[in-house]
Amino acid sequence: MTKKRRRLWLLLLCGLGLGSATALTLTAFQDNLVFFRSPSDIAREAPPPGRAFRLGGLVETGSVVRETGPDGKPDVRFKVTDGPNAVTVAYGGVLPDLFREGQGVVTLGKLGPDGVFRASEVLARHDETYMPPEVADALKKSGHWNPEQGAPPPAATWNTLEPSKAPAGRSGS
Amino acid sequence: METADTQPLAAPPGAAAPMLRGGNLHRFANPGQFLRLAARVQPWLTWSAVLALAVALPWALLLSPPDWQQGETVRILYIHVPMAWLAMGGYLGLAIGSAMALVWRHPLADLACRELSPVGAAVTALCLATGSLWGKPMWGTWWVWDARLTSVLVLFFLWLGHAALVRAFDDAERGARMGAILALIGAVNLPVVKFSVDWWNTLHQPASVTRINAPGLHVDILYPLLACALGFSLAFAALVLARTRAAVMERRIRALQLAAARRADQG
Repeated sequence: MTKKRRRLWLLLLCGLGLGSATALTLTAFQDNLVFFRSPSDIAREAPPPGRAFRLGGLVETGSVVRETGPDGKPDVRFKVTDGPNAVTVAYGGVLPDLFREGQGVVTLGKLGPDGVFRASEVLARHDETYMPPEVADALKKSGHWNPEQGAPPPAATWNTLEPSKAPAGRSGS
Repeated sequence: METADTQPLAAPPGAAAPMLRGGNLHRFANPGQFLRLAARVQPWLTWSAVLALAVALPWALLLSPPDWQQGETVRILYIHVPMAWLAMGGYLGLAIGSAMALVWRHPLADLACRELSPVGAAVTALCLATGSLWGKPMWGTWWVWDARLTSVLVLFFLWLGHAALVRAFDDAERGARMGAILALIGAVNLPVVKFSVDWWNTLHQPASVTRINAPGLHVDILYPLLACALGFSLAFAALVLARTRAAVMERRIRALQLAAARRADQG
């Protein structure tokens, strides 16, 4: 009995030590564990010029400009925002299917001297909501949600919505 | 108290040896009870898993609606999410079993852990593979080294490492103890996997089902997902139980063969 009790305490003690060691390590490496930085992070503390990093946020509504560069390659410019701050991004490549205004994106690149972020890679970031197309249409039609403005309304308002019974054409609220 | 504790240690080694051998057989008295109970539970578990998956899979993969922006690709979720839950829930089971094996020296817990880890490695591999297949069309990449994906990869290596380590020793008991220690050390990875999406910026989206406010899934997607999770969990449990039963019976056969060989030696 006492041996078992001793083993149990030893195990709990080891667990406590290991747990706090892990917590301390993770806290120490906090900055390196971040996959991307937000425009506000950049505004607060700009990374040294020429250093590649990832910038993440929402594609600002109405900021996407699609052009064709002199070499015939697509040249897209858009702003990545997190609300208070925004960074202009230039990208010449194929955008993922999920890319649209209001969508979350993570871009890899370098900040130019003109403050434009030149991206070599653009990844779309999916939010944690899933809904059938009819429900999304009903929310859009009733004016509860514009996907270009950002995230959908609180899930409790739509996750049991029956699209056929949704109030259509009601705007505002 | 003191004398009672030291008495078995004080016994001469010659006397301890046959007692230990007899103890080896006696130790399976409890597993015998387990075998009887498990034989009764097994058909119920297996058939409820078959039934649940027979309902859940067509519901999820054929009848449920697509997502408004992911389209049909959302169906990968019905495999990916249950596999992710099982990878973590199964590892929690492995950690609990390992703690029990270390503290109470329960041989059945050792065996269950040994049989659990290959199944856990398989579901974690499926979680990673389906996630990668979803990531390419949706994110635009097969893989990124963000905190969630990396910690799940570590979880996969822990499962594989445990499965390999417990089988790497000639002395099965020693292997089981090493495996239990590895499993418990690896358990610190579990909260990292779970909360990585909240603690750090990741490409992986945060949790949808276990959000503090309402789940971020429409019920037409949520219910088939929960049905799939139930079906896969039952299948996982049925598989691990069947493997553990087989392992206990294997041990028994080996013990009987050893006893028979010893008798033949003496006779």
